[in-house]
Amino acid sequence: MSSQAYQNKNSNTHYNIINFEHKRNTTETSMLITPNSRQHPAMASKSLSSSSTPTVRTVSSSGSSTTALRTKVSEPPAFEKGIANEISTNFGQMVQVIFIKPLRIKIAVEPHNIVKVASFLRDKFGFDHAESVAGTDYPKENQIEVIYHLGSYTRDDLAGHVLSLATRTNRDDARLPTLINVYKSVEYHERETFEMLGVYFEGHPRNERFLLPEDWADIPPLRKEFRIKGR
Amino acid sequence: MADLEERINESQKLGMQIVKESDDDRLMTLSVGPQHPGSGHFRFVVKVDGDYIVHCDPDPGYVHRGEEKMTEYRNFIQNIPHLERPVIHDSTNITYSYSLAVEELTGIEVPRRGQFIRAIASEINREIYTLYWLAIYGIFLGHSTMFMWPTGDRELFIDLLEALSGARVTHAFNIPGGVRNDIPNGFKDRCLRQIGYFEKRLKEYEDIFYNNPLVRQRTEGVGILTKEDAIRLGVTGSVLRASGVPYDIRKAEPYDVYNELDFKVQYMKTADSFARAYVPFLDMRESCHILRQLLDKMPESGEVRAKLQSNPRGPPGEAYRRVESGRGALGYYIISDGSPKPYRVKISVGSFRNMLALPHLLVGAKMGDMPVIYWALNYWPVEADR
Repeated sequence: MSSQAYQNKNSNTHYNIINFEHKRNTTETSMLITPNSRQHPAMASKSLSSSSTPTVRTVSSSGSSTTALRTKVSEPPAFEKGIANEISTNFGQMVQVIFIKPLRIKIAVEPHNIVKVASFLRDKFGFDHAESVAGTDYPKENQIEVIYHLGSYTRDDLAGHVLSLATRTNRDDARLPTLINVYKSVEYHERETFEMLGVYFEGHPRNERFLLPEDWADIPPLRKEFRIKGR
Repeated sequence: MADLEERINESQKLGMQIVKESDDDRLMTLSVGPQHPGSGHFRFVVKVDGDYIVHCDPDPGYVHRGEEKMTEYRNFIQNIPHLERPVIHDSTNITYSYSLAVEELTGIEVPRRGQFIRAIASEINREIYTLYWLAIYGIFLGHSTMFMWPTGDRELFIDLLEALSGARVTHAFNIPGGVRNDIPNGFKDRCLRQIGYFEKRLKEYEDIFYNNPLVRQRTEGVGILTKEDAIRLGVTGSVLRASGVPYDIRKAEPYDVYNELDFKVQYMKTADSFARAYVPFLDMRESCHILRQLLDKMPESGEVRAKLQSNPRGPPGEAYRRVESGRGALGYYIISDGSPKPYRVKISVGSFRNMLALPHLLVGAKMGDMPVIYWALNYWPVEADR
């Protein structure tokens, strides 16, 4: 996959996963779908109301079922914003900030930059371990997204924070550089991502079966075209 | 060869199965589990040189059920009962962070009384899990009394949760928006009475087990995981706290009512198997302290759950929420596409993360220390496999 294509994908609405109709037969008005719909729900409604779009998600109750909506609307927290700005100033266009919400930041990078960015995050920010590696399949965009959830044990002010480092690869030839030399803690997570989604981590010592049965002879099960039998 | 046959017989008695011996008959490959009485549904292959382990390769997956795939077929509410299967002894905590993540996605607010009941159930379940773990650790060290006592006392807490939810082990008690039902009459007094009894028992546990010279000799200095290694390997929970890192999600990222409570993060600096066995014990004691506060501060009346629409859903988005479970941080990463079913659910569990410490600690250790090191990692195979 060319990096240009990746940038184009990221630059606007393509980063969403919303290609889905809301099939609702109740009296609810349809939910708003915004370009930044990966934001926190509260953030999304904030950005909408500020941009003079009059509609906010309204739920007219059908029967007794009402949904208590989160009404707290706040600015992106300053501390998180500071971190995101610092990352942006260091890497410029290489890093894209997807969202900032309380205790959570998500940034996206291209695959060939991920080792550089991860090393920077570890050495300069103190994000010293990876909590999980989550791969998600997006067949409509022909991409697989891999997210590293990074946390910090050494810095007290980052203790509750999780930084999501996201990258995307082509679905047909899914390859990513491994982060095992930066974060030893991703070893089993990457191995799991390999077998569940078929993402080959270049440089990882063992792109092998891990949790699945020894005689597994099917496509990686977390790809969307894999269906549970009988369902 | 007679020597080898003898060794094979001996190890079969111990429940280990010899896979093959190397050419020079010096290194022997042993498969520990999955039928080993202590390993749980988990296998790790070790190479031993005489008495010492020189190589260790974990092989999980014997109880992999594809929980993450299954979630994509069910809506947010239907997912609750099967998501607690990976660790039924801590079923309230494993659905806790799921509920938090779904609430963030759908914008549901939990009533205050519901938040307290959740936290109460969570702390009771932490005691249940830790007692179960302690019982097995006791029998691993050949300490039969430490198997009997926690198993018996665990019933008290199971009865409490049964009074709350109606089920002994798999409660399905936490739901997005609160808890399933209100607490029964007289629960508070009953709970306080049992906490009072249990705190006395904890002193006896300490005397018979943790201050037992044999137990200390067996565990102290065995399997040192230094602070730097613990951070590098990204371990969590009691394993991390035993290595001198005071990190607890309840303090680091307080959820629901935990920021109103007064408690301390329990940690030790000795970083050996004894510390890893003692930190859960300290956690149990702290949980009693937390439970008293929760019962004291809980509002007398009010809603326990928010009213949900029939198929709760929110705008497309993602959420990553964590709670502190019996085995450390337990996180759910949920992506929603706006439909009632999640698009992707990733469960980040403590056991899977702590598994990385197993080869690190076992290589260089004696084979006889294997059970001491392994079970002190607070590893739950079913949870790791998901």
